[in-house]
Amino acid sequence: MYEILEKETFSDVTKLIVVSAPDVAHKAKAGQFVVVRVVEEGERIPLTIADFDREQGTITMVFQEVGKSTMHLGSLQPGDALASLTGPLGRPTEIENYSTVICVGGGVGIAPVYPIARELRAAGNYVISIIGARTKDLLFWEDKMRAVSDELIVCTDDGTYGRKALVTIPLKELLEERDDVAHIWAIGPAIMMKFCSLTTKPFGVPTIVSLNSIMVDGTGMCGSCRVEVGGKTKFVCVDGPEFDGHQVDWDLLLARQRIYLPEEKLAKEKFLAEHSARATG
Amino acid sequence: MSEPVKELTKKERMAIPRHEMPRQKPEDRRKNFFEVALGYSVELARQEAERCIQCKKPKCIEGCPVEVPIPEFILALRNGDMPGAVRALKSKNNLPAICGRVCPQETQCEIKCVLGKKGQPVAIGRLERYVADWELGQGVTPPEIPPSTGKRVAVVGAGPAGLTCAADLARMGHAVTIFEALHAPGGVLMYGIPEFRLPKDIVLAEVNYVKSLGVELRLNAVVGKLFTIDELLNEQGYDAVFLGTGAGLPMFMNIPGENYNGVYSANEFLTRVNLMKGYLFPEWDTPVKVGKKVAVIGAGNVAMDSARCALRLGTMRALEEGGEPPEVHIVYRRSRVEMPARAEEVENAGYQWQDVREAMRRYPPAELAEGPNDGLYFVPRPALGLWATRRRFERAG
Repeated sequence: MYEILEKETFSDVTKLIVVSAPDVAHKAKAGQFVVVRVVEEGERIPLTIADFDREQGTITMVFQEVGKSTMHLGSLQPGDALASLTGPLGRPTEIENYSTVICVGGGVGIAPVYPIARELRAAGNYVISIIGARTKDLLFWEDKMRAVSDELIVCTDDGTYGRKALVTIPLKELLEERDDVAHIWAIGPAIMMKFCSLTTKPFGVPTIVSLNSIMVDGTGMCGSCRVEVGGKTKFVCVDGPEFDGHQVDWDLLLARQRIYLPEEKLAKEKFLAEHSARATG
Repeated sequence: MSEPVKELTKKERMAIPRHEMPRQKPEDRRKNFFEVALGYSVELARQEAERCIQCKKPKCIEGCPVEVPIPEFILALRNGDMPGAVRALKSKNNLPAICGRVCPQETQCEIKCVLGKKGQPVAIGRLERYVADWELGQGVTPPEIPPSTGKRVAVVGAGPAGLTCAADLARMGHAVTIFEALHAPGGVLMYGIPEFRLPKDIVLAEVNYVKSLGVELRLNAVVGKLFTIDELLNEQGYDAVFLGTGAGLPMFMNIPGENYNGVYSANEFLTRVNLMKGYLFPEWDTPVKVGKKVAVIGAGNVAMDSARCALRLGTMRALEEGGEPPEVHIVYRRSRVEMPARAEEVENAGYQWQDVREAMRRYPPAELAEGPNDGLYFVPRPALGLWATRRRFERAG
């Protein structure tokens, strides 16, 4: 169960895995996530569902190696199995024909944006997509995004590919040029989603973000993932992961994401030390 | 082989004092997560069993939610007939090693024991634990299962309710599948109650017994997300569904600052410590914070568990990294006698009590959460749901 069937390496730190999970694949919808443990002693971490194949019984996840758990995951090969995979969790994206929509994917956020853009297009929306990353190396799925969008803008912060810009720049330009944008999705690092929300607020266009708080169970029983939206406490795992970006308390989310920085550093160093010790034999 | 037993008179039995439960010493047990209560030895168990006067109309059974035939199992134990004791106990209770450890016998069976009128009740819970542990040590033999009824039941949740229900149904000949959301069975037995009160290998052993009855266990299956109840009944062929979804959700109280880092719900703290083995970080990957000064709000079993885990975690870390063990404070709005926590757990916790008003004065809500160094553990009251509500109504009446 939960065997890795395929693996792609987009860069040193960005990887894709296709995992066998027939029941989850049967039910998965755009916007949802799964909670994964790499090994028995591993943490439970949420990963967004980037794609699913109901017939093959597989789900696809794209992740960035930022710490021990993701590095460990990134070291697995096809044939290896995850210790556990639970899902699909969270509320699916509300797909409707809104008319014209913008989908913004920042860095590894391109992955969850892809199925959302695809569903929106299938529902009849005119989809304008913006994908961006810090540098060319961190971009992926340009062709897939182009296939599900009516227009696609590609940028990098450092100009190594596409337009040299943060995603907020073309986002703002679109809102200044057009008055028909009905709905916006912005998914990526919290700071990116914060600035996208700030960018769209003056234009009054509803902006949905997908929050990436720390989680443990993912089913609403612990409160680890709690955030404040519109002044009220919400659980990302059961009330979200999508929320109104204009109502999110971004500073609180960013602070809560930092709580285990010392432990994360320790775990990462320990993993790297053990890994290189094994490599040198 | 049982040795010849000297038959005591009722008066002699009633004169035997209740036997203390051997425990790890306080100065030792706060440094580890090993079980505090060590269990009766053979001698202690036999001697305690002698105290039971085998009432013709046993009041104790009336206090037991599952009507364990208490005098019967105690008599078998007294006579050295351990298989007989096991049979009697398991005729009604499928999880005796768990119940023997965490049931509040003092408010259920033991409070009805006639010996309690003038002395101390028979230590029924400790004897239950002794018999259950004996069986686990021998290797558990599943009972005979009647022929299949052809009926299938889906049980949602592998916590105490789900496990008990599944076992009872399986013993009636039904085909049972338990759907558990987490990656490990047991529910609160696994994520909530700490290792030092209820070792996890005991929980797994009891789950294995339930599986030996033919019950299928599916982990990582969140009913409501992966499958709906309609699907279970209409598409997957189940004839009935039992919802044992548990003690449930933390209720945050809208206290300013309750979302700051350093404020945990008990569910999160205990899940990190117990289910995810946070006390073994970094060998186990899930981190958990303990501050130098901890306040636990509430005084039920969940609060006690949180406080005792915090004390152990902090003490173990101080030993390893240097520094002082943490100060752990229980903050409770009523008095000690009104604390809902099990007496045995309060006793084992051994805290020094201070005036509650004084504690509230030192911890005004707005100043409580100041970040990870002043770790604060927050225990919302309905972690045990009905319990808190019931007590409020009792007090008002």
